[in-house]
Amino acid sequence: MKPTFKLKINGKAFAVQAHPLERLLDVLREQCGLSGTKEGCGEGECGACSVLLNGELVNSCLVPIAQAAGAAVLTVEGLASKSLSALQKSFLEHGGAQCGICTPGMLIAASALLKTSRRPNEKKVREALAGNLCRCTGYQNIVESVVGAHKESR
Amino acid sequence: MKKRTPKAIGRVVPRKEGRAKVTGEAKYIDDINRDDLWHGATIRSSVARGSIRKITFDPKIPWKEFCVVTAKDIPGKNVVALIEGDQPLLAETRIEHPEEPVLLIAHPNKEMVTRARATIQIEYAAAAAVLDFEKSDTVFKSYSVNKGDVDSVFRRKDVTIVEETYFTGAQEQLYIEMNGVIAQASSQTGVTVWGSMQCPYYVHKALKALFQLPDDRVRVIQTETGGGFGGKEEYPSMIAGHAALLAWKCGHPVKLIYDRAEDMAATTKRHPSRTRHRTAVDKNGKLLAVEIDFLLDGGAYVTLSPVVLSRGTIHAAGPYLCDNVRVQSRVVKTNTPPHGAFRGFGAPQSLFAVEKHMDRIARVVGVAPEEIRRRNFLKTGGMTATSQVIQQKLDLSGLLDKALKKSNWKTKREKFLKHNKTSKIKKGLGLATFLHGAGFTGSGERVLASKVAVEGTEKGTIRVLTANTEIGQGTNTIFAQVVSDALKIPYEWVEVAQPDTARVPNSGPTVASRTCMIVGKLVERAALELEGKLIDSGLLEKNGEPSQFRKALVQYRKKYGELKGFAEYIQPSHVNWDDQLYRGDAYGAFAWAAYIAEVSVDTVTYCCTVDRFTAVQEVGRVVHPLLAEGQIIGGVTQGIGYALYERVVWKDGRMANNSLTNYIIPTSVDTPTIDVIFLEEPYEPGPGGAKGIGELPLDGPAPAILNAIENALGVEVNHIPLLPEDLLRVCEAGR
Repeated sequence: MKPTFKLKINGKAFAVQAHPLERLLDVLREQCGLSGTKEGCGEGECGACSVLLNGELVNSCLVPIAQAAGAAVLTVEGLASKSLSALQKSFLEHGGAQCGICTPGMLIAASALLKTSRRPNEKKVREALAGNLCRCTGYQNIVESVVGAHKESR
Repeated sequence: MKKRTPKAIGRVVPRKEGRAKVTGEAKYIDDINRDDLWHGATIRSSVARGSIRKITFDPKIPWKEFCVVTAKDIPGKNVVALIEGDQPLLAETRIEHPEEPVLLIAHPNKEMVTRARATIQIEYAAAAAVLDFEKSDTVFKSYSVNKGDVDSVFRRKDVTIVEETYFTGAQEQLYIEMNGVIAQASSQTGVTVWGSMQCPYYVHKALKALFQLPDDRVRVIQTETGGGFGGKEEYPSMIAGHAALLAWKCGHPVKLIYDRAEDMAATTKRHPSRTRHRTAVDKNGKLLAVEIDFLLDGGAYVTLSPVVLSRGTIHAAGPYLCDNVRVQSRVVKTNTPPHGAFRGFGAPQSLFAVEKHMDRIARVVGVAPEEIRRRNFLKTGGMTATSQVIQQKLDLSGLLDKALKKSNWKTKREKFLKHNKTSKIKKGLGLATFLHGAGFTGSGERVLASKVAVEGTEKGTIRVLTANTEIGQGTNTIFAQVVSDALKIPYEWVEVAQPDTARVPNSGPTVASRTCMIVGKLVERAALELEGKLIDSGLLEKNGEPSQFRKALVQYRKKYGELKGFAEYIQPSHVNWDDQLYRGDAYGAFAWAAYIAEVSVDTVTYCCTVDRFTAVQEVGRVVHPLLAEGQIIGGVTQGIGYALYERVVWKDGRMANNSLTNYIIPTSVDTPTIDVIFLEEPYEPGPGGAKGIGELPLDGPAPAILNAIENALGVEVNHIPLLPEDLLRVCEAGR
């Protein structure tokens, strides 16, 4: 019998049965129906599986579910409330999403930055997103999306 | 007063599937789950060449619960149907490369699949493998392009001969979404495949041959695709075939998703190349005779290599005018996984060589790099290497001037010269000018004979039906823009159907920078045909307002049911190509560009950094400024990776660094600000005047960056990828 883990995902309570070493990524995708979080490499290099764990930016492919017990998790599905968040709108406006597969991870990594720095400059944004690989955009329009996000929130 | 709908082409309209992508709602293949799914895996060869002696199944695994497929289970032909029928879907006894598929297994439980997979033992009788493509004597394809009389120029005493050899390495496409499909198959219902792919009809063709089924018993549906770059052009046929065979045998839908390690090791990469240039120039640097020997490593099977070679061959002489040209090219067999399509498709390799060589000629003759190019540029009315007369307005000097100005070339080159005398960080600027042909080569588009349709919906809106896929580049958005302008209806009234071979006509593959220019034009024509039918029905007046169009369409649907408009490709009259002589109009149109890289080289660590990049191009009318800019910046970044970071390490024919830890692509801190400038010369046969754009930006960065490094250090480097250790070796050898 697999143990039960309780956690709060995007503000909603979940109780999941899983092997303690099962990846948070798989639990989110397969048990919680939250397929917005993507797997790009499975070894913590690409950031496609980025989520916030108690507010900290983590690669969910490297987090065993046991480590997320009792935690609050934020995934891309939790970014929009009734309407899109300012950051999401800014991604649409600046062409921050092309194929879209890295986008959920990028949005989460950018949200983590925007929590500590409301108006980050280009350099700060580039550093904050260095753990998230994108093969389509060359990053420039993603960086502009994040830099420009505060304008959307007005 | 007549209400006008603002033109959609040229405007930044919202990306059609943008919202789904920023909310996480977009469904990629691995996001689709069903309770009855089985999970598949591919068992692959561990040797480069040999034959299978024995396969052992570990008795500790409950094999009765598994579905196991071998080549014997294939109902039709054991080939991946593409150009030649030489590549088996599953090896029977002969092994031609590492990671060649041998067996397939499936089980309802994914963990069981992972466990079982590792226990299967295959014994081989190994044979000698050919791993060095320069030593291979098995030629898959060769071409010869001839113009004028090269030999008599080389015999002249008053010419200077400049010779050099250039090398490029393999490159992994590295789309962030791995390859994957779900297949459902039975002899009663036929075969249905959903998956991540660029070309649904390629998969359709391959499945028909594999199962010996008629057209209507095979259905292929593209799901949201997380990047392709050519890497999902031909290989999805293999994966779809594997999943379908498992589904056919086990009676359940089968999901087959590669992990990153398998995707990198087993699927196609950009062809490694070697290019020899021998050029005769006069004292002013005017090209008098150009001789090019272009060689590609094809890997173990033919796959798309002949077509990649063709494009590389045609682009090999660059955007220059020379009366005497000979290009000889070959693609040869080695025992590595087949190399395949990657954005640029042979052109980045041969253009790397010619653009490096132009800088070499400039040094030999003693003129500046920009000047040597200016003296040799093709102009309107001039003839390319394949004797194609440039008919459109062409001003390469104008493009170059724009790039020189934007990059502050002259001032910075002078400044860096002084700076480099005293600093351990050496700075330099380098240039590349180039071209990229849009659409299939020569008679390719005529043979393809692409078809598209548009249909009117009950709501009075338009749905575009094509097989061309949205893979991040903006297909959905630009097709809707084209229809919007053709019918003068709002962009929001147009949607683009999910490519599904049961629903959409075969508009050809999503490759070769053809989606916008070739298929976009067909979409425009199909929309106008639909409008014509509405007018003929008497329900719509000519030049009616959008609301009248919508009303007429709704009425038509109520009265008559379906309303569709169709279009099929017609070769423009100006395109004439001779397949035998390899001469004539290779492409309907070329995009043209001048790129400049500014670099810093640390002479302690030998790290090279691109500090700024200028990309000036003429791509016809720009359909969507933001998407087009995104194409250029993204392509340039892949080109930076190609030049400075991305090395495939080969060990006995297998990729040894098949992980993102060891195969390095540029990150957000490795990429500079990229200045993108478009000059627009509308090309009448393209929709709204557009030409192709997708591949162009990968052609220029690598030679521009290496030319910049040479400018910074004063040493010559003729191979990519150029990692710090490579540059160190070059510099040490030069001492």
